[in-house]
Amino acid sequence: MPDRPSGPTGAFAGPGPADVALEVNGRPVALRVPPHRTLLDALREDLGLTGTKKVCDEGTCGACTVLVDGRAIYSCMTLAHSCAGRQVETVEGLGRDGTLHPVQQAFIDHDAFQCGFCTPGQVMSIVGLLRENDAPTAEEVTRAVTGNLCRCGAYPNIVAAGVAAAKKQR
Amino acid sequence: MSRIVRTTVEIEGRMSDELALVDGKDLPGWTGETTIVGARTPRVDGAQRVTGRARYTHDLQLPGMLHARFLRSPHARARVDRVDASRALTAPGVRAVLHRFNAPKAAFRGEETIFRAEVRFVGDEVAAVCADTAEAADAALRLIEVDYEVLPHVVDLEDAIAEGAPRLEEKGNVSVSGSHSRGDAKRALEQAAIVVDRTYRTSTQLHNSLETHGAVAHWDGERLTVWESTQHVFGVRQGLQAALALPYSKLRVICDYMGGGFGSKGGIGKYTIVAALFARMTGAPVRCVLTREEENLAAGNRSATLQRVRVGWKRGRISGLEHLSWSNSGQGRWVADPTGPTNTLYDVKDLSTKSYRVVTNAGALSAFRAPGYLEGTFALECALDELADRAGVDPLELRRKHHARTDGVMKVRYTQKRLLECYDIGAEAIGWSKRKPGGTRGSTPQRRRGMGMASQIWFGGGGPPAYATVHLNPDGTAVVRSGTQEIGTGTRTILAQICAEELGVRVGDVRVEIGDTDAPYGPISAGSLTAASVGPAVRLAAADAREQLLGAASGLMEVRKTELRVEGGKIVSKGARKPIKEIFDELQNYTVIGKGSRHPNPAKVSLNTFGAHFVLLEVDTGTGEIFIEKIVAVHDIGRIVNPMTAASQVEGGVIQALGFALTEERVLDRRSGRVLNADLEEYKVPTVRDVPPIVVRFTDVPDTKANNLGVKGLGEPPIIPTAAAIANAIANATGARVRTTPMTPRRVLAALAERER
Repeated sequence: MPDRPSGPTGAFAGPGPADVALEVNGRPVALRVPPHRTLLDALREDLGLTGTKKVCDEGTCGACTVLVDGRAIYSCMTLAHSCAGRQVETVEGLGRDGTLHPVQQAFIDHDAFQCGFCTPGQVMSIVGLLRENDAPTAEEVTRAVTGNLCRCGAYPNIVAAGVAAAKKQR
Repeated sequence: MSRIVRTTVEIEGRMSDELALVDGKDLPGWTGETTIVGARTPRVDGAQRVTGRARYTHDLQLPGMLHARFLRSPHARARVDRVDASRALTAPGVRAVLHRFNAPKAAFRGEETIFRAEVRFVGDEVAAVCADTAEAADAALRLIEVDYEVLPHVVDLEDAIAEGAPRLEEKGNVSVSGSHSRGDAKRALEQAAIVVDRTYRTSTQLHNSLETHGAVAHWDGERLTVWESTQHVFGVRQGLQAALALPYSKLRVICDYMGGGFGSKGGIGKYTIVAALFARMTGAPVRCVLTREEENLAAGNRSATLQRVRVGWKRGRISGLEHLSWSNSGQGRWVADPTGPTNTLYDVKDLSTKSYRVVTNAGALSAFRAPGYLEGTFALECALDELADRAGVDPLELRRKHHARTDGVMKVRYTQKRLLECYDIGAEAIGWSKRKPGGTRGSTPQRRRGMGMASQIWFGGGGPPAYATVHLNPDGTAVVRSGTQEIGTGTRTILAQICAEELGVRVGDVRVEIGDTDAPYGPISAGSLTAASVGPAVRLAAADAREQLLGAASGLMEVRKTELRVEGGKIVSKGARKPIKEIFDELQNYTVIGKGSRHPNPAKVSLNTFGAHFVLLEVDTGTGEIFIEKIVAVHDIGRIVNPMTAASQVEGGVIQALGFALTEERVLDRRSGRVLNADLEEYKVPTVRDVPPIVVRFTDVPDTKANNLGVKGLGEPPIIPTAAAIANAIANATGARVRTTPMTPRRVLAALAERER
């Protein structure tokens, strides 16, 4: 992500808490957080969006994956202030009017999770892939979730779900 | 009518005779076809999980919630002489600090306090801070001053056994943890024509459950409620009762969703006690969850082992077998027994096994999916293949020939054992007939191709105590309540299926409420025992509710009860189908409550699960890389309740086994005692890239003697035989024998070099 000034005034923020305006799941959000606040902590603790999980908090597991301007990123490695003016999408923002997003439905149909703790991150990685590529191969789905660890080992079903969701979505 | 029964209880391979209270009479097994049990059923809690709405302990945010964090020892062994928290207490947001000089007594795992005078591993708890935010607590940790008197330490298994090692316990570092013998193994080995005498080593595996251990405690002035990521809510409650000396009536433990445990979340942790102590001190809810690094220092591990197997051959048979094993239990108070499979897997008359617990200055072990059995099976099944090689017999034939029809330790028959069928199915699926001694050419000049297999025996028969109630609502929907847990295996789903099948309603009309000590008692979700323990109780509870419903329907419909049944949510008699709701319409706003308890297991038989894994792979003899082409996993676990989640369970077990076999190894620095890879970067758990095609098959024949469902457990069996099957396939492909896990390219290259010498 390129450097850019953050905060409503366009000035660099800090060292104390500073304002940042962003969009989360289609709604404008105003936060007042210190400059070192990660997007992950801002989502979970300031906005109560606990669907996004903290597992390693250092960019090695993918459980915190969300979309920023449509691209899948690790929210534990992204500062909240760097998302000023950007669109953030979390697992809570998928699906409309009580229906599941095709990727979510495919995860259920293919039993693509066990404990479910990595699931929001896996789902967001695949949703991000489908934004760029609506007909991914199994290899491309695999590549999309290579950075998403699943300790229960649901991988074969995760890949199957990704491929099936793409087919359904088209 | 309740009555007391004596029953043999087995958890993770440890047997004990216990008394249990059971209710009424058990049901016979289903005779006809079942329609819901046995059908592929998507998880009933799937939507909650894929939407992020599933609430895990980590996700709990209570009003006014405070945060607790630990100060941990930087030394492998030291006396804590002084703790000065005065600066920390004045830091912004800090509410309280606890350490060995001010903490109340709190019994934990045989010790009186959670803050030891002598810390015994890097990561041992020295103090805890409670603050308004986790960040403030973290900052305050750095302000606590501690004087340590550093003491000599030892962290490595073999160092701790060696002469002159620092003595960590009065009786020494090594103690016998299990033994078994029959016949005369010593003489048999002396007289054998061939003796394979090999040493195997397995490394420490870290669970790395994605949700770290943690608890949120809330004291409301009268009662303490604890939410914990656990495999045993009643175990946590028991631990809290012991630590805090509170009556059970004032304790409630809840675990709704939890992010993996794999054996490591079997009871209370120091984080639970600290959260509870701070909650009582401050009157506010307190959250204490571990970081990833803490998880990998202090939340358990699978012991590293050193094992020696001697196996003799005479007149075309295994004539004697000896297995010695040492396990690094760290600061653990028990140790899993790697010699269990050796004692029972094969028909060997002259046998002797002994296992030892070795204490070191490392974090305590905890159960890890088939504790001991995975490590022991690696040694045993490799040694058997080494013997087959030397004797010039097919390794699968060797195993068939020594098929044990009875339990060699208990000297009783098995309720059901279809291992030979597993061999047939697996051999066919992998193409065993194409296996050649010495392997075959690989897909490039540098690669060799080979096949290997290994067997598994595990428990999984379950047993009492386990209870459930089924609450039938006026609209015909039902709620199952039991104090069991959903740890990711699909417990909610199979219990909904069992209830729906027996009650005569649809799966979608059943809600399963578990993970709460306010519900009827449920056992620990471990030892592959949930399906076989809680399942039969749920079936009885559903049957009880159905009988009460039919009793009411009989009176209201003026039809004899025996002529009524429930089907698809309707009361069915000869000429009529009446929705359950219409029966209730004529009653009050009322709930029919059915009760069920798990009845004892049959006496004088052994309840076990069996299976075999087959592996086809290539080895790059230049780089030592292993390319697995296919793994076939076949298991005999009785009736399959849900083929969909059962297959997932096997795939997951195989994948976790791939980590153990190929990549996972905790690295400890001997000099400092530090874990060098307590993170997910350097500790290599399998990724999606590491997964070969996995073929899952079941014998799927109900074990009618086992329990009223004919089911046994599946959590652990699929992790057991994979590593040995891979090692055996590598040896088949290349003639090189890797005797240490993980079988990294470096170790494969070393084995290839040794072969050439």
